[in-house]
Amino acid sequence: MITVSTEYIAQKIKEAIDRISCEVEPSCRAALKKAWEEESNPTAKFALGVMNDNIDLAAAENRPVCQDTGMVVVFVRVGKDVILTGRLLQDAIDCAVKDAYVALRKSVLDPVTRINTGTNAPAIVHTSYVEGENVEIEVMLKGFGSENMSQIRLLNPAQGLEEAKRLIVDSVKIAASNPCPPVILGVGLGGTLEKAALMSKHALFRQIGSNNPDPQLDALEKELLGKINELGIGAQGFGGNVSALGVFIESYPTHISSLPVAINVLCHCSRAVKIVIDGRKEGTVCNL
Amino acid sequence: MQSVIELSLPLTKESMKDLRAGDMVKLSGDMLVFRDAGHKRLYQSIIDGHQAFDYKGETIYFMGPCPARANEALGSAGPTTSCRMDKYTPFMLDGGLAAQIGKGKRSSECIDAFKRNGAVYFAAIGGAGAVYSKCIEKAQVLCFEDLGTEAVRRITVKDFPVVVAVDSLGNCIYKD
Repeated sequence: MITVSTEYIAQKIKEAIDRISCEVEPSCRAALKKAWEEESNPTAKFALGVMNDNIDLAAAENRPVCQDTGMVVVFVRVGKDVILTGRLLQDAIDCAVKDAYVALRKSVLDPVTRINTGTNAPAIVHTSYVEGENVEIEVMLKGFGSENMSQIRLLNPAQGLEEAKRLIVDSVKIAASNPCPPVILGVGLGGTLEKAALMSKHALFRQIGSNNPDPQLDALEKELLGKINELGIGAQGFGGNVSALGVFIESYPTHISSLPVAINVLCHCSRAVKIVIDGRKEGTVCNL
Repeated sequence: MQSVIELSLPLTKESMKDLRAGDMVKLSGDMLVFRDAGHKRLYQSIIDGHQAFDYKGETIYFMGPCPARANEALGSAGPTTSCRMDKYTPFMLDGGLAAQIGKGKRSSECIDAFKRNGAVYFAAIGGAGAVYSKCIEKAQVLCFEDLGTEAVRRITVKDFPVVVAVDSLGNCIYKD
């Protein structure tokens, strides 16, 4: 049996927050440079120039790329041969968030009183169990200019996939300049209300330019990206030919009565990373 | 490539009258900074009959910064979404506010108010927190310090890049 301490997981998450608050995910960074090269609208090109300068400056000088350093969203997949030791995972992660956010903006508050927690904790933690001896951790700093533009609908099966496509394209149109386009869309198709929402969040961890392993979903992603870029929203909503950098879909079987569609909007600077803790190397191997 | 217009703060109706939606501008001088909670509390103070601070002739930047690090006046400091402040905007423009800086579309009531008052709404580049931090030379908390990142601040900026989003004729850069 292998044990991994939650303190070790928390330490890895703290290091991840320190880095990704200042360094945009590499495939996203490359996509924005390409967008600047391809943009023909002068105002959008001006905006993309500032956005790219900002990303370079933030990385070079270790400054937060955006003042909205977000809520911390963590997906933890624990190998079924691993036992987590130490304090509760949520508590350990919240402690990492508190430490990391001393130098970052604390944006988290009570929804009723609107009183700030003062630490940016708690984090949003999703845990699941998978095969193997590793602990896989995905960390995202999610800003809310974009989160607020997200949508979820439970469509009538008679409306079908065509309505789902219309909804996805329209969500970018409605969001327009608010989520700091060019946006990245995570889509959850199927499942239940909460499953669709969860998939839409998790889809945002895909690398820009990566193909969906499911050929049908891959074709759908490319069709939607094309349609969204025809909207002409452009960088910052100033008009132009790059309105989205990627559309990523996760799907799950659903009920005969419904077609759940969740759309999670991400801004142009993805702050996300995946860490794999190799239980055999970094954990403690013991006989239990 | 269009040229960039350089403007000094405070802005006047005269200095804003020739700006047109889509113009790229660099601002230098003093502005006020506050966002959702600051607006709510200011508005309440006016309703209660003891206005917390004056904003006549000022330019307000909708922003909540990261903490300052060594050698910084403020940490990362990009704009937040302006439409959440739409509720307060016509009232404040009618009360002499010169201009606003944020990101994203405004309501038709706001656009009418910019036009009626010869005022301008500038879009800063959303997400460009590090670039804007570098433009800020001085920052001090003016009031509502307990609001943390949402406190009201006065900042001094140099060459602060923005785009005219709504001009004094009511033209808007964003399409419907």
